[in-house]
Amino acid sequence: MFAHTLVYGFVNSIILVLVALGFNLTFGISGVANFAYGALYIMGALVCWVFYNSIGLPYFFAVVLAVAATAIAGALMYRFVLLRIRGLVLSEVIATFGIGLALLELFKYMGFIGFEYSLPVFIDTSIEIGEVVIDIQRVIIVLIGIAMAGFIWFFTHHTRTGLRFRGIAQEERTALSLGINTDRVAMLSVSFGGAYAAIAAIFVLPLGTINVEQGYSVLINALAVCIVGGLGSTGGLVLASFLIGYGQTFTVTYLESHWVMLVPLIAILVILVIKPSGLFGEQKELEERI
Amino acid sequence: MQRRKERVDRGIKVRSSDIFALSSWREMLYLSAPRLLPIFGLLLLSILLSQYWQRVLLSVSVFALLAISWDILAQSGMVSLGQALFFGTGAYLAGNMNHYFGWPPYLTIPLATIFGGVICTLFLLPVLRLRGIYFSMVTLVLPLMLVRIIEATRIFGGTEGLSGLDPLPNRWVELYLIIAVLLAALFGFRRLMNSDYGLVLKGINDNDRSVMNAGINIYWFKTQALFIASAIGAFAGAFVTHVYMFVGMPVYALDYSILPIAAAVVGGMGTLAGSMLGAFILVPLSELLRGLGGLRIVFYGLFLVVFTVAVPEGIFHYIQRKYHQFERWVEVK
Repeated sequence: MFAHTLVYGFVNSIILVLVALGFNLTFGISGVANFAYGALYIMGALVCWVFYNSIGLPYFFAVVLAVAATAIAGALMYRFVLLRIRGLVLSEVIATFGIGLALLELFKYMGFIGFEYSLPVFIDTSIEIGEVVIDIQRVIIVLIGIAMAGFIWFFTHHTRTGLRFRGIAQEERTALSLGINTDRVAMLSVSFGGAYAAIAAIFVLPLGTINVEQGYSVLINALAVCIVGGLGSTGGLVLASFLIGYGQTFTVTYLESHWVMLVPLIAILVILVIKPSGLFGEQKELEERI
Repeated sequence: MQRRKERVDRGIKVRSSDIFALSSWREMLYLSAPRLLPIFGLLLLSILLSQYWQRVLLSVSVFALLAISWDILAQSGMVSLGQALFFGTGAYLAGNMNHYFGWPPYLTIPLATIFGGVICTLFLLPVLRLRGIYFSMVTLVLPLMLVRIIEATRIFGGTEGLSGLDPLPNRWVELYLIIAVLLAALFGFRRLMNSDYGLVLKGINDNDRSVMNAGINIYWFKTQALFIASAIGAFAGAFVTHVYMFVGMPVYALDYSILPIAAAVVGGMGTLAGSMLGAFILVPLSELLRGLGGLRIVFYGLFLVVFTVAVPEGIFHYIQRKYHQFERWVEVK
């Protein structure tokens, strides 16, 4: 029982890492809190489903196209909406929230509800770790989660574009004076966030069905992980994912599944009251509290 | 011959100095018309509308109250994404007092207003030091959390809620009560925000540190603003509870958080009247769009986006500016 909880808690934590990476990337680079993130997540999965089931493309192509489509959606959102209100935090939040709301409710209206809307698992077997039986999909999720986190680190430290990302994250005006097109880099960061959301959705959602309501809970989970870890800090994100992930799994095992949703919410409240910048967040006291 | 449009602002003297305003009937009308319009408009509407649209007017007024409460908070530098917290707390307080103690509505509504204000203020007191987006996130989370707690612990009727509560005497009392409160809130709080007290609150929004520098305890002022805003929201909740004779988990729904924000954004923030105007546009519109079902919320989302990007000042500010301007075509020399 305990070993079982440990293993599944680990998987759950990695899922949280995967889900929060994109949100964290966008916020860390461009400072835009993308409240449309949950909608992009669901959109990635649905586009993939449409390409695979309605058009009949091979699954691999469907995945690639879905990720590309979501990335483009993110870029368009930046170009036509966010660019005009950049830096006005309230407007950014309201506009992205509006976009997310419109997208999710549109999906709901178009009738993407039901059991047939589920993505296929990659390999349908299971293996045993010690005495715990675990299916291959969850193992793949763990591997992908680690790979994606590793890729972000490599990308932002060893490629030209990645270094530009970090440049505008540190000091946007200075980056501008060094010839970095900050608008384009910020657009790329939103679009990267979208791509990450789609990848997370395509790997995580085969465990269940594509449920539009999940758009909201994904947003809350991503927010929770990022706030607890510290907005924009990847190390904090991983740590926070493990705290919340294990918290949720232990709650399911030893309490009731009703309380699961409360774990991220309580985590947010506690951390905001104690240390609003998060566990590993840079202490930006002036911006977050008085 | 070329012509151009010339815009001239009405002199500030006309708008501000009251003796000058008394100089002619025209000037008096110019100043009083915008104030009289909502009063007589609401009274006329309440008489002329059919019974169905009276219900709509009722819910318009409720959302207008919530939007005013949002606006007061936003003007004091606290952007809330969860008006449902205030609304729901007031609704549950009134519902419980009526259901468990059997107190009549004329007792539960005032009590729920005051204690709802106190309880919500206490809820948010620990995070009063947070600024900007961090405060917003807490307010977004709190109503969601309260719903889950009610669902998990099954207190206050759990998922089914409490039904069969006492109604208000009749529909006229309902209608005029909410209209009276709405008008009182609109004019009263507009006046408050223009007084020295309101100036401090606005100062906290503009630059909290310089207000602190002036030796003012901003937490105390923020607490008071929070109490005012949450009491208004709690009143709306308590009122709706007795109108529908039901209170349940939907009172913490996202609608009660989104619509007030949408109203304030569409109407224009910072004047209270703008938020009310927004509610008077959006709620009937959503009533007309009822046939579209789920698509309504899609339109709300799009409204939010379009107005924040294209008309960031909101409708009311636009109208206000035009009202104070002469426009005429003049010859270009």
